[in-house]
Amino acid sequence: MIGGLFIYNHKGEVLISRVYRDDIGRNAVDAFRVNVIHARQQVRSPVTNIARTSFFHVKRSNIWLAAVTKQNVNAAMVFEFLYKMCDVMTAYFGKISEENIKNNFVLIYELLDEILDFGYPQNSETGALKTFITQQGIKGQPQTKEEQSQITSQVTGQIGWRREGIKYRRNELFLDVLESVNLLMSPQGQVLSAHVSGRVVMKSYLSGMPECKFGMNDKIVIDKQGKGGTTDEPGKSELGGSGKQSIAIDDCTFHQCVRLSKFDSERSISFIPPDGEYELMRYRTTKDIILPFRVIPLVREVGRTKLEVKVVIKSNFKPSLLAQKIEVRIPTPLNTSGVQVICMKGKAKYKASENAIVWKIKRMAGMKESQISAEIELLPTNDKKKWARPPISMNFEVPFAPSGLKVRYLKVFESKLNYSDHDVIKWVRYIGRSGIYETRC
Amino acid sequence: MTDSKYFTTTKKGEIFELKAELNSDKKEKKKEAVKKVIASMTVGKDVSALFPDVVNCMQTDNLELKKLVYLYLMNYAKSQPDMAIMAVNTFVKDCEDLNPLIRALAVRTMGCIRVDKITEYLCEPLRKCLKDEDPYVRKTAAVCVAKLHDINAQLVEDQGFLDTLKDLISDSNPMVVANAVAALSEIAESHPNSNLLDLNPQTINKLLTALNECTEWGQIFILDCLASYLPRDDRESQSICERVTPRLSHANSAVVLSAVKVLMKFMEMLPKDLDYYGTLLKKLAPPLVTLLSAEPELQYVALRNINLIVQKRPEILKHEMKVFFVKYNDPIYVKLEKLDIMIRLASQANIAQVLAELKEYATEVDVDFVRKAVRAIGRCAIKVEQSAERCVSTLLDLIQTKVNYVVQEAIVVIKDIFRKYPNKYESVIATLCENLDSLDEPEARAAMIWIVGEYAERIDNADELLESFLEGFHDESTQVQLQLLTAIVKLFLKKPTETQELVQQVLSLATQDSDNPDLRDRGYIYWRLLSTDPVAAKEVVLAEKPLISEETDLIEPTLLEELICHIGTLASVYHKPPSAFVEGSRGVQHKRLPPRAGSGESTESPDVGQSGPSEAPPAVIPSQGDLLGDLLNLDLAPPTATVPSVQPSMQMGAMDLLGGGLDSLMGDESDTMGAGLGAAPAAMPASLGSAPAVGGGLGDLFDLGGGVGMPTGSYVAPKTVWLLAMKAKGLEISGTFARRGGIIQMDLSLTNKAMSVMTDFAIQFNRNSFGLAPAGPLQVLTPLSPNQTIDVSLPLSTSGPVMKMEPLNNLQVAVKNNIDVFYFSCQYPLSLLFVEDGKMDRQVFLATWKDIPNDNEAQFQIKDIHLNSDVASNKLQGSNIFTIAKRTVEGQDMLYQSVKLTNGIWVLAEMRIQTGNPNYTVNGNKET
Repeated sequence: MIGGLFIYNHKGEVLISRVYRDDIGRNAVDAFRVNVIHARQQVRSPVTNIARTSFFHVKRSNIWLAAVTKQNVNAAMVFEFLYKMCDVMTAYFGKISEENIKNNFVLIYELLDEILDFGYPQNSETGALKTFITQQGIKGQPQTKEEQSQITSQVTGQIGWRREGIKYRRNELFLDVLESVNLLMSPQGQVLSAHVSGRVVMKSYLSGMPECKFGMNDKIVIDKQGKGGTTDEPGKSELGGSGKQSIAIDDCTFHQCVRLSKFDSERSISFIPPDGEYELMRYRTTKDIILPFRVIPLVREVGRTKLEVKVVIKSNFKPSLLAQKIEVRIPTPLNTSGVQVICMKGKAKYKASENAIVWKIKRMAGMKESQISAEIELLPTNDKKKWARPPISMNFEVPFAPSGLKVRYLKVFESKLNYSDHDVIKWVRYIGRSGIYETRC
Repeated sequence: MTDSKYFTTTKKGEIFELKAELNSDKKEKKKEAVKKVIASMTVGKDVSALFPDVVNCMQTDNLELKKLVYLYLMNYAKSQPDMAIMAVNTFVKDCEDLNPLIRALAVRTMGCIRVDKITEYLCEPLRKCLKDEDPYVRKTAAVCVAKLHDINAQLVEDQGFLDTLKDLISDSNPMVVANAVAALSEIAESHPNSNLLDLNPQTINKLLTALNECTEWGQIFILDCLASYLPRDDRESQSICERVTPRLSHANSAVVLSAVKVLMKFMEMLPKDLDYYGTLLKKLAPPLVTLLSAEPELQYVALRNINLIVQKRPEILKHEMKVFFVKYNDPIYVKLEKLDIMIRLASQANIAQVLAELKEYATEVDVDFVRKAVRAIGRCAIKVEQSAERCVSTLLDLIQTKVNYVVQEAIVVIKDIFRKYPNKYESVIATLCENLDSLDEPEARAAMIWIVGEYAERIDNADELLESFLEGFHDESTQVQLQLLTAIVKLFLKKPTETQELVQQVLSLATQDSDNPDLRDRGYIYWRLLSTDPVAAKEVVLAEKPLISEETDLIEPTLLEELICHIGTLASVYHKPPSAFVEGSRGVQHKRLPPRAGSGESTESPDVGQSGPSEAPPAVIPSQGDLLGDLLNLDLAPPTATVPSVQPSMQMGAMDLLGGGLDSLMGDESDTMGAGLGAAPAAMPASLGSAPAVGGGLGDLFDLGGGVGMPTGSYVAPKTVWLLAMKAKGLEISGTFARRGGIIQMDLSLTNKAMSVMTDFAIQFNRNSFGLAPAGPLQVLTPLSPNQTIDVSLPLSTSGPVMKMEPLNNLQVAVKNNIDVFYFSCQYPLSLLFVEDGKMDRQVFLATWKDIPNDNEAQFQIKDIHLNSDVASNKLQGSNIFTIAKRTVEGQDMLYQSVKLTNGIWVLAEMRIQTGNPNYTVNGNKET
């Protein structure tokens, strides 16, 4: 198991050091600094073995978090734990920075004592932790016995993510379907790989211990219902071919509140939600993705000192919808000396420090087209190596889900309190963003 | 709020000031001071001088202050054990507090204080906490048992905590179950044979129930534990798989990977024609692909594991090639791993896509990545025959880029392509020759020279080309020199008329001007061949070469099986067994996949359970890099870690004869002249506690001979495997030690599990505790052909150099053959060193027995020996343990015995045997 956990600043100074196992000494702190943080070459693996000691590290801005062990630990668990540790710290004091860590070092030690015992991760749900570890030090001492046992039963209980006795005057639910669409396209416009990785993020402000049921247009569920229902229905879905009826989900993972065995047997998503914001599920689709933009590049080398670049972007969705925050990034060679750009829409600029032309468009409706052309002057070099031509990448945000996912229902049941599903105010929003959206040129 | 100020006090006299503040009356000031102390501790300053002052702050109602003091205690208690005792009272009191949070905090902290005296006090509170009404306290106490076991294993056993811990597996609270499982798994790791985890269908059922309810981390502990279970039959295996598969949808990647591990392992037992088997295969792919959208560090772990899974069961991911395409912004470690998997998945169906990608990668920036991409193109050509032509033309395109390292890498792989498809692509040789000048890496130069030599008859100026290399012959690396020698000889055999001068030149360079024996030998062989029988020379040198295989870098099958059992762990990231990087006994156990289920009928046959992996797959010669890593590891490793080959029986053998007691006797002798013998029993609790082991060792002695030719020789343990074939390029060594007629012998069995013949065996020992050294060379006269085993007896002397080893009877051995040098370590029974003239005179015995100080004495029991004193005494004499005197007191036989070791140390013993009682009591004494 994890033998020790250290946090360093960018200089390699220790901010937090907690040792759990006897086989990890103080010299491990220095070994990591010398061999990883101060290493001459960039470290080429997130797991480093130095003198029979294994170091796992992640970096958040310029802070290094390192977990150390001498045993054959579960490596995936160690990284998951480090991420979780970052989440917990962020939930307590915001951004992970040297200043924030120093300001909260007592709190961090307290957390480390609680969520990692002898190197074994324990309950790390912020909701539960915040009931008894707070920034103002431990909560006021005079807790009643009931309060204490409530805390302990929550930390160890089956529903470790929610406490009892939550009350809201207005029961409200916010549901965001956030998708990032990823694309790799060849210069000829062939899709090399495309997938959507989506998340369903919820903010729930519900009283009591509500039981929720979430439904979407999952192909497996729809097909099953189709079989069971009248014979009309499959025909119906064929008729409605233009608007997709159901989508094929390649794989999905759920927040620990979701009953996985129920999903496995009935494919229904039921859960008791945590209070506040959380990520209900993640999913991935690869079939029938709506690619919101198409990028058509044209690069021509004119002699040794000049490049001509022309890029066309086409929006491919309903004309009534508007895409936002569009940004096209066209890489330029390292030996660029000057660039002239002409674009029909938006603003374009050559950014020498980033070796790229950045073209920004605030808004663009569906089924439109826009174009940029640039002349790039090059300094003559005798570098034999050819320019690697990194791909043209794109950023955007669209108000629909490129996977075609639709929320069909989200039902709330709370038997003990007197509010019903109809009393809950529900908000649903779809946002599609670009993930790694690249076209080779 | 702003705690950062505590980090900034660097004035002189700081400690003094802190002391004053710690003793302040004001609570707030105290707390501030403790915070400052903790801050100093964090940055590595020594604040141990403040120990009493900090501990004084412990008696407080303020929980935050208390936690800070505890943190300090955990760090410094070890350096100030006496003062740490001051804290005990508070701990014990806190363990009775009304607040469960405080009870848990106390028991959690107490377990982290590694001071003997404190652990004694810990037992009672811990016992209570394990049965506490509050689950939070119980789950903390469960982990505390593991902590205590790490400090004092014997204590945990004596106090019966292990049974309480086992009971917690049936606890009503899932988190308590999970922590109990984690603690038990860890404790079981240090007792490989204890059967502590005693998994049976009932407990498995409890674990599976808890699995659905506990935290993500608890699920990992439980799944990892499940993976070590061996289901009784395929039906049980299937039912467990069914209950584990829902975990594949968990958001935590570690839960997913651990579930994959369980499934991969148990799948092995399912018959392949079962419908469920196919369903399971299909269910595995999507979650594995999803892991690739995790954060980069986790992607890396996932990819290393997928690499193993793809080798074991290629069918799972064969349609998922695209997800392994490299993204421009992937970190380099992710890119390199993806590339590896792409090649493994390459097939005729997807080769076009793969090639287009690889060509793209070959123009990237990172040199390592580009090289690997170029090499990958070559591997595709060899793997998928239909694509070879396209691969070659892609490689030619790359050579045209003239980027130095791309060209070199391309030439190296083209050489392999020539060997796989002879007489097919030689038209490209001209292009290759154009780039001769730019080659500066030995591997590329050697490859190019090989090509020129091999196709000398088609290259008009082959002699000129080779001659140009010859000019700097002495500056070349050995690899290039050898290749050049061979190439010129080939050239000569093909065009004898024009190249006589050249061949003479290279032969004289190789034989007369070179210090390298390999080069010289090869030179002489060629010379003699050419001068005696040119026809034979032609047959030898220009012989048809065997085709190279498709997959050169597969992980050796036994290692792969072991790694599959370690999915998700560090071993799967390093692609090395845990014994290669974990110290001590942990992880030394080799895990194996369950026996494979046969198809259809054979599942009904009763012997399926033991059949094991049926056909023994040929050993794959591991790639260079891995070997180098292995070698380095072995060299640097402390000896204990390199004993993975030692089987349980061997470990018992180490305690042979007088068992652990004697070991510790000797151990003390060599460093402190017996001063610390009082500590010996404490240091050896494990071996003493596990009396059956000691008894077993002695029992072996008693078994010997059946009394036929009594004093002919001592007990000889059966042979155990010392060097695994997978660690030694196919050479497996097993052996044992024996003492025959006063001569110590090492009996070895060498088995060749590789595919080529092994010759030139030699052996050497590292310095060891008793100066054991080979008394002659290793007599392996005939070459060892594949799958052949020979037995050798190597006489040993005790006149070698002496160095104390840990454990004392550890022996590090190096064995060399024509392939490489391999290292292993083994342990010899101490009885090996008992000399024949070990019978002490009665009077001397009496005097010596009295003279030996008490603290040189150790006592232990040997159980379950059903022999009377005379038979025992006879048997022991066979191993040179001599009975000096015998007397009977109150129905007990007392045997007085002496033993002399090769280095002149005497050991005296008193053995008490009660008639009818199978347990012996032995009092050991030693004298120099």
